[in-house]
Amino acid sequence: MSTLTSAEWQALLLSLQVGFLSVLASLPLAIGLAWLLSRKRFPGRMLVEALMFLPLTLPPVVTGYALLVLFGRNGWIGQWLDPLGIVFAFRWTGAVLAACVMGFPLLVISIRVAFDQVDQRLERAAETLGASAWRRFFTIVLPLSSRGIIAGCVLAFARAFGEFGATITFVSSIPGETRTLSIAIYELMNLPGGEAGVARLTWVAFAIALAATLIAAGLGGSLWGRRRHD
Amino acid sequence: MIELEIGHAFADLAIDIRFRANSRWLALFGDSGAGKTTALNAIAGLLEPERGRIALDGQILFDRCAGISISAGARDVGYVFQDGRLFPHLDVRANLMYGARARKRSTADMMSLVDLLDLGALLERMPLSLSGGERQRVAIGRALLSQPRILLLDEPLIGLHREARMQVLDYLSRLKQEIDIATLLVSHQPEEAAALADEVILLDAGQVSAQLDVATFAARQKISVPASQAG
Repeated sequence: MSTLTSAEWQALLLSLQVGFLSVLASLPLAIGLAWLLSRKRFPGRMLVEALMFLPLTLPPVVTGYALLVLFGRNGWIGQWLDPLGIVFAFRWTGAVLAACVMGFPLLVISIRVAFDQVDQRLERAAETLGASAWRRFFTIVLPLSSRGIIAGCVLAFARAFGEFGATITFVSSIPGETRTLSIAIYELMNLPGGEAGVARLTWVAFAIALAATLIAAGLGGSLWGRRRHD
Repeated sequence: MIELEIGHAFADLAIDIRFRANSRWLALFGDSGAGKTTALNAIAGLLEPERGRIALDGQILFDRCAGISISAGARDVGYVFQDGRLFPHLDVRANLMYGARARKRSTADMMSLVDLLDLGALLERMPLSLSGGERQRVAIGRALLSQPRILLLDEPLIGLHREARMQVLDYLSRLKQEIDIATLLVSHQPEEAAALADEVILLDAGQVSAQLDVATFAARQKISVPASQAG
């Protein structure tokens, strides 16, 4: 297999950048929401869960269109952000936003399972020792669920890395700006003589996705098993 | 002095526990399901009873009518759970220091307590590598290092084999001699209660059936305690 061309490198590096930044940006909110879903019962909880799952169930193109309606320069939210210099549509930042939305459910589910598996009796023990809610969270809950959190980050990264439908709908394919690895593969497929490039990028995508899945499985252990302590 | 008047209905048991006691080491004694741990949890702030009032040395910890309920973390109790509940990701030293750090208390007494409970050789060990008796000694040390006003011991010897039970009982006796702290022990073993408590409150089906000094308690138990409880 020959080495990647500069355009392919550009697409690969952009996908890695989008993957890392989307996980980094959505992690605090995912941790907060996962904790709420794991520990609290509140009105509208089911609606929150349903909304969170939407990107998994909606066609990605619809999610991308919804992002355009919301965050386009004249969109419901975008029109307010534009004067502040915050632009998502047709920018690499939009690719990060699309990746955030598409990876968010996976991140929240993984972290929530990890929180569910923390023995809540330990939190109560910490409470009797005078630990505040924040202290209990940072010294008991987070360390004991760290493997699940990291596994969730890896899964969300893999999802973001391979994102296609929402991204191309929301930010299109601009070389060096929004043409990610998946979009580059798609465009090469439609280009006469692009087979070699498709093969190269496919191998790269395959290797990264496999590594991410193995890391997530190794870290998560019984990631999908749930055990609850009262 | 501890004053407790609580009522609470569970699916299978309604409790109505009332007592007032001044003894330094007090035992709540009764069969499983008598409401002993419920009373302890209510004192610790881990359970909010449906009705009643709890006061410690005159300070109201909980009063349903007055709408007072001090949070568990602010009650200054040291709770030793049946299973120790050591934090599995922290070594023994970090477990011991947890409460002291959370309450911003002095840790100057740590080494004397470590000596008293013979924990010196365990400080770098992780909880999962400890025996049941060692775990309970660390749990007792952790609770005491948070410098509580009252120590709550929930059947600290349960689940230990005979040798470990005698060992921890011996450490608790030494603790009683050397540390001046009000202690409330929950037990269903008459020997434990008789060995440690100054006064014993007998609970039966969620109610106080008697409040006895330890001599009377021991005398009564010699006659009435069933063999299954004396083990």
